[in-house]
Amino acid sequence: MTEAEYKKLEEESVHLKYFGIPKLLPHLKPYRRMIIFMMLIGAFSTLGDVIMPLFQRYSINHYIAENTIDTLPFFIILYIAVLLIKVFCGYNSSLCCSRLEMYIGRDLKQKSFDHVQTLSFSYFNQNSVGYIHSRIMSDSGRIGGLVSWEMMDAVYNTTYFVGAIAVMLSINPLLTLFVVLVIPLVVIISAVLKKKLSWYQRVMRHLNSKITGSINEGITGAKTMKTLVCEDKMISEYQDETEDMKRHSVKEAGFHGLLWGSLATASYVALAAVLWYGGHITLEQLLEIGTLSIFMSYAMGIMGPIQWVVSSISNLITVQVNIERITKLLETESDVADSAEITEKYGDMFHPKKENWEDIRGDIEFEDVSFKYPDGEEYVLNHFNLKIPFGTNVAIVGETGAGKSTLVNLVCRFFEPTQGRVLIDGRDARERSQLWLHSHIGYVLQTPHLFSGTIRDNLRYGAPDATDEEIMEALRIVSADKIIAKNEAGLDTQVGEGGDLLSTGEKQLISFARAIIADPRILVLDEATSSIDTFTEQLIQNAITTVIAGRTSFVIAHRLSTIREADIILVVKNGTIIESGTHAELMKMKGYYHSLYTTQYEREKMNALLGAREDA
Amino acid sequence: MEDKTPKVKKHVIFRLCRKFAKNAIGFFLLGILAAMLGSVIELCFPKIISFTVDTVLDGSGTVPSFLERFVSAEYLRNNLWVIAVVVLILALLLGLMKYLKQVWDRRASETLVQTMRNTLYEHITHLPFSWFVKNQTGDIIQRCTSDVGTIQSFLADQLANLLSISINILFSIFFVMSVNIKMSIITFCTLPIILLYTSLFSKKISKGFRLCDENEGKLSAICQENLTGVRVVRAFGREVYEVEKFKKQNQFYTQCWINLMRLMAMFWNFGDIVMGLQCLVILVSGVLLSVHGELSTGEFIAAVSYNSMLVWPVHHLGRIITEMNKAGISFVRVGEILDAEPEKDVPDAKECDPSGDIEFKNVSFSYDGENKVLDDISFKIKNGSTLGIIGMTGSGKSTLVQLLCRLYNVDEGCITIAGTNIADVKASSLRKSIGIVLQEPYLFSRTIKDNIQITDTDGGNEETLAKSASIACLTDTIDTFANGYDTMVGERGVTLSGGQKQRVAIARTLYQGSPIVIFDDSLSAVDAETDAKIRRAINTELKGATVIIIAHRISTLMAADNIIVLDSGKIIEHGTHDELVKAGGLYSKINDIQTKGGDQND
Repeated sequence: MTEAEYKKLEEESVHLKYFGIPKLLPHLKPYRRMIIFMMLIGAFSTLGDVIMPLFQRYSINHYIAENTIDTLPFFIILYIAVLLIKVFCGYNSSLCCSRLEMYIGRDLKQKSFDHVQTLSFSYFNQNSVGYIHSRIMSDSGRIGGLVSWEMMDAVYNTTYFVGAIAVMLSINPLLTLFVVLVIPLVVIISAVLKKKLSWYQRVMRHLNSKITGSINEGITGAKTMKTLVCEDKMISEYQDETEDMKRHSVKEAGFHGLLWGSLATASYVALAAVLWYGGHITLEQLLEIGTLSIFMSYAMGIMGPIQWVVSSISNLITVQVNIERITKLLETESDVADSAEITEKYGDMFHPKKENWEDIRGDIEFEDVSFKYPDGEEYVLNHFNLKIPFGTNVAIVGETGAGKSTLVNLVCRFFEPTQGRVLIDGRDARERSQLWLHSHIGYVLQTPHLFSGTIRDNLRYGAPDATDEEIMEALRIVSADKIIAKNEAGLDTQVGEGGDLLSTGEKQLISFARAIIADPRILVLDEATSSIDTFTEQLIQNAITTVIAGRTSFVIAHRLSTIREADIILVVKNGTIIESGTHAELMKMKGYYHSLYTTQYEREKMNALLGAREDA
Repeated sequence: MEDKTPKVKKHVIFRLCRKFAKNAIGFFLLGILAAMLGSVIELCFPKIISFTVDTVLDGSGTVPSFLERFVSAEYLRNNLWVIAVVVLILALLLGLMKYLKQVWDRRASETLVQTMRNTLYEHITHLPFSWFVKNQTGDIIQRCTSDVGTIQSFLADQLANLLSISINILFSIFFVMSVNIKMSIITFCTLPIILLYTSLFSKKISKGFRLCDENEGKLSAICQENLTGVRVVRAFGREVYEVEKFKKQNQFYTQCWINLMRLMAMFWNFGDIVMGLQCLVILVSGVLLSVHGELSTGEFIAAVSYNSMLVWPVHHLGRIITEMNKAGISFVRVGEILDAEPEKDVPDAKECDPSGDIEFKNVSFSYDGENKVLDDISFKIKNGSTLGIIGMTGSGKSTLVQLLCRLYNVDEGCITIAGTNIADVKASSLRKSIGIVLQEPYLFSRTIKDNIQITDTDGGNEETLAKSASIACLTDTIDTFANGYDTMVGERGVTLSGGQKQRVAIARTLYQGSPIVIFDDSLSAVDAETDAKIRRAINTELKGATVIIIAHRISTLMAADNIIVLDSGKIIEHGTHDELVKAGGLYSKINDIQTKGGDQND
């Protein structure tokens, strides 16, 4: 590892000092009864553990010392009773604890998932899917697990410690002192070593992800590596990484060994103390042998709880990170939110009041709209005005990454204008709820997104009540009925995760049908760039024409035919709209559109001439 | 790898263990030794207590004969500190053994894993390119990471624990027997019971774990799909549906875990009852034996301690045995990678002589053995000349140059450089002679400088670096980065655009300074102006080099000494630009479109 890597890890660990447990309290509140029950019953069960050695003491002091077995049947019954009560309580408290763990995890998952559904698109632009996913899925689980079991352990260990000390004190206070003397030693040793250990564990996690990264690179970059003949260099670098890992891991094991070794030593040091002083007072007839023997059990038994305190503190420090991340997510407020009055009238996302919803016509108007992205610095729209009456087909063209989706984002109210208004049917979009607008919009993505489930589930996505007849009709319109006919299971065909069991062309056709079934007044279509075979290409072209008819549509267009047929073309470059008009008008201008169009024309002509084939 | 579902073969495991464990075996043995000594020391303590209680405190026992010469019970009674000191010394030794066990065990397992990781990585880098195409990246990575992890925990934790626990049990048995035979029989009676129910529970528990894993996978997939499809969800207004879907699975998953944990709680608490009852049996029988005078007080205490020392390891044993099964599958999966045949040169392979002409003689090739991607291709590239190749996607252009680099081997015909068949040349020497800029360049996640200098084994040359970058028109781009050449790219660094990536790849190939240079459609993402600039620079800088350019733009190709037009794996036209234009074939049609196309309006 380099100096810089060490430094970065150190900075991260300094960051962990802050305590976030209080932020968790609201999430624990619904379970406060369960927690109290768990703690009580857990403490009760622990008392059983404290009492058990006393049976040994009694059998030595009474039966063996006095050479009698008078009360033995009663002894056995009492022993079994204590054992069963202890186990019964222990079982129930650990059940409670697992429930608590899973409930906290479940609630946090659900709350964060629900919350993410309400967040605006700027959140998704700023955070990767992987990042959000691991907040929802893994942080929640870690918090649930750590918090509940730490609570349980706290009860167990405190009760055991206090109980054992109490029993010992009641028998012989001075001998107890000898046992207790070892405690500070154990605390100091564990605290120092735990700190070292967690540092090394962090370093190892870092190295492990480095190694995984290298393997990944070696495999995905295999072709490049071979042609550049740099295999040996990569191998030797990889070996440095594995060597580094080994070195740190062995060091970590050293501290681990020190911790376990010194804890074992400490318990027997306590034993030595008991033997020495206890032996003395036994010889002086001040202590029975049975009592001495249980002192030895307690002396070794309380080392566990002491060590727990230390490891529990370090666990709580590590879980801080998870708590901080998830609370940050829950505290993130959406940039796009309905006002209180709107929610009052139209309902919120989870409880829509459909009876108050007006019908939509589909006129859209940009009125003096200026816009910049929340994470951007420059305005991408400046006092933009455009009237789009119902039924208009708007094509948006430009190079990849030019910012073609900005207008679409505004129409869909994924973002709101920084200045000015977007009017739907003459009224500001903010005067109606997001759900109202969204339930009237259809969206066909460039890379069609299907959800795992059956074809039917996917087609019904926008209209849960659609009948099979309506579904088949829509499939016929886009000529996708063949996909259904091809598969034995028909509409019940599973599409796989992300629709991966279907081909790209099939996915596209299904997503067109999905949009038709939802029958939205406004349609957004992000045309695919990837070329598919000529036949499917033609099907999709036809589907596009069908699907945009009779709707207000925005097409992020790549195909010339789609572009030429549009009522208005908006040309985007570097995020801003630089030209607009019909195809004929724009061609006459001989501007940027002209050159874009020409390039595309060449490409399509070439395709036609040479016949695009699927790449080998 | 994908064709057969493997059965766990014992010899695979043994072979791999032998291979990986070579350097680790010494530490393994040391670790076992430390574990042995540790458990002997630990087992001495009850003996000492028993001795102290009987001989020193009670006076009923006798001093063992081997100790009699040194010390008497009377002396010890007056000097109890001696016993305390003995315990202290043993305690320190025990601590030392625990420490050494940790360190040696870890050293053994890390050495082993390191050997395993290095062997795998080295093997993989030497596998033929076709292997990477055949196998899924995700699958290979999983085998190299999580399967290796499973094997590591099998060898390091489970196997080491199995051995040390077995030793522990064996010694305990010996010690209990040395205290009292009858007591030892009672102790052992319960051991089979513990082993039996432990392994029964463990089977159920691992089934439960699988169920939980599956459902976690499903829940995770729902979440993943929701996040990647957020636009669809929002645009169709289906948030409520999504929330319900997630809630249902979340609830189910939670219940799966609760069921599993109930099973585990039952397991542990059942264990508590069995152990508690066993302790009771020991207590009662100990009492009965003592009352009959067959057991002293000290022996009673010792027997009780040994019993408690024995119960836990046995409890663990059952679990370990059940969990060890998992590793078998991982062994086979890793073994399959190692069984794949690496790339090999012919026995007396020659160095490549790049100074001659390159010739394709009747070359045919197919990826699947059925559809010919290249069909009877023959042509010659004069040393120092430039060849242009044009053709549609799928016409076999990229295949052609991949055959030249021997990423694949030809099916029929041969490729020669300076008259030598490239099949007889060392692959490394051949590839060093050829610099190729791939269609979709792959940059390694390191700095721009390190990427360009990746082929350099000794330090790197600043001058060549600057020159390569300037030919590739990269200097201006690099200047816009705050860290210049030291800017990290790839996963953990800045994201470069397609064109920028291509230019870094060009600089990387130029840095290599190979006598044969191939551009496989490698200027496609660069704008026309930069394209022209780079080509001009290359023409002047690569004087004397043999160059192959694959492109769609006529302007990129027209300066070539010779141009071939590929269609469906066959050469349909060849000649210079002027000749081809005059011939009026496909090339000239493409030329027409690209030069006049823009003026036409369909």
